[in-house]
Amino acid sequence: MKLTPEQQAVLDGSKGEVMAKVMKTLVMYGDAFGAEKMVPVTSTYGHTVISFGINAMKPVYDLYDQLIEAGAFSEQKFTADPLPLDKNVPSNPLQDLVFHQFMYKQQARYEAQLKKLGILSDKDYTCTCYLDEVGNKPKQGEVLSWAESSAVVYANSVLGARCNRNSGMIELMGSIAGCVPYFGFLTDDGRKADWIVEVRTTKKPEPQLLGSAIGMKVMEKVPYVKGLDQWIGTEINEDAIAYLKDFGAATASNGAVGLYHIEHLTPEAVQQGEALIRDGAPVYVIDDAELQRVRESYPCVWKNLNAKPKLCFMGCPHMTLHQLIDTTERVEASLRAHGQRKVCIPTVFTAAPGVIEEFEKTEYAPRLRNTGVVLSYICPLMYMNNPLSKAMPVITSSNKLRTYTTARYYTEEEIITMITKGAN
Amino acid sequence: MKQFQGRVICPGTCEAEALVSHGGFNTLASYQMALMFHDKQVKCGDQNNPDLYKKPMIGKALCLPETIGSTTGGMVLYTACASGQQPACMLFSKHIDSLAASGAILASVWTDADMPVIDCLGDEFLAAVQTGQTVRVLDGGVVEVA
Repeated sequence: MKLTPEQQAVLDGSKGEVMAKVMKTLVMYGDAFGAEKMVPVTSTYGHTVISFGINAMKPVYDLYDQLIEAGAFSEQKFTADPLPLDKNVPSNPLQDLVFHQFMYKQQARYEAQLKKLGILSDKDYTCTCYLDEVGNKPKQGEVLSWAESSAVVYANSVLGARCNRNSGMIELMGSIAGCVPYFGFLTDDGRKADWIVEVRTTKKPEPQLLGSAIGMKVMEKVPYVKGLDQWIGTEINEDAIAYLKDFGAATASNGAVGLYHIEHLTPEAVQQGEALIRDGAPVYVIDDAELQRVRESYPCVWKNLNAKPKLCFMGCPHMTLHQLIDTTERVEASLRAHGQRKVCIPTVFTAAPGVIEEFEKTEYAPRLRNTGVVLSYICPLMYMNNPLSKAMPVITSSNKLRTYTTARYYTEEEIITMITKGAN
Repeated sequence: MKQFQGRVICPGTCEAEALVSHGGFNTLASYQMALMFHDKQVKCGDQNNPDLYKKPMIGKALCLPETIGSTTGGMVLYTACASGQQPACMLFSKHIDSLAASGAILASVWTDADMPVIDCLGDEFLAAVQTGQTVRVLDGGVVEVA
């Protein structure tokens, strides 16, 4: 890799041993992908996937101490993934004990580290940093040093920003160095589509199922999706933002997709059309039967498959303001239809602190509270990652949460019916 | 014995028992419970991976096409290495992905862990190697399957 004199000097130790190791990490990272140079990070803000202080990850915080002691702070402020704890989310005393005394014992230490390293504010913990209410929304063409699979795939695909599927830690090192290796999604060639996906369903496909099917088929490749615009339109409006957020998260967690193009909708597909597609790209046809096949392939590891759900999570990734309002109305309508006043399964909707703040200004906030649904900024995945929660029958409309935990997947429509139909 | 030529991401040599994943290896889903609860055998926790689910991963020659899933993947792999819970080596049939590369490189630069990583071994490597076979990683990206 050809470095600038300044980058070479840092690598040679001009800013100390720790900064030299930061640069060495980035250079080796680039070398693995044939990068010929480093390019400046041009976005206003970074985003880190690491928001949790878990005992098991102590080596990570020990390394961050080295960065702080060496004065290796981020050149740009950044947002972070959602916090793992919220007292408003239902939990029993044993879970509280496990969460606070064992699992997240490093949380205070890590949040203090983030303040020193450059987090924007105490409100900036969310996986949907790109929403208007949060404000970390890069422009098309900007180069990012982000991690968080759902945020990276959204920024690349819907906003047209340029970011590789960086790992946690590497993303912070890019923000600290102010540069990232030039390869993959940063290049024009890396943004070409490797697959054509033809959507031939008879109704609007569930974003979580469609994304899952595509992720499992194309893995880390770039799909060019045809036929979806007939269901979600040709404009990036509130409905499309919510759909693409959930769709992208499923492609990224069920596979390793970091960029997708939706014909007639996403910016590069609109600007370049089929010129984005590589010659000889294979075609994957998705119809109703294929979505059904994919859904039926999901394992369920509940000990008792007929157990009554004890908790329901919606909002992984965090819900948009529009989704919160829309889902509040759907829950209310379903409760009315079933002659109920409150949800019958403890239910948590999750959203960014900034989104919750805006939601609280609307008439829908008290209406949602009246249904019994809890609104939280928590990361459901973090809540679920322990043996106590693992043993609980939890249901979710999130394919990402299903993938990483024992939570059982149902479509939004099914979930809303389940939580509103009353005790049977 | 079959020999395969790959590309060295992290240098080193070793001999270990193969553990083969034919599907993408989800690093977070595979390691999260084992790391959290200090499982000495580091059993794979990914219920979506029938090749590996509940099988011990520590000290094995992990043979895989690529890693998939959350971008915490590299950090998780780094933590496994820093905690001495890493596989003996990681052998990729495809070009290494950005998350696995991050984890392997972070471990190489910031820890003393010894975990050779070889990629680009080809589809024929993954078709040939079977769980339980002895795998040798030699200098220069050469991998032998006994």
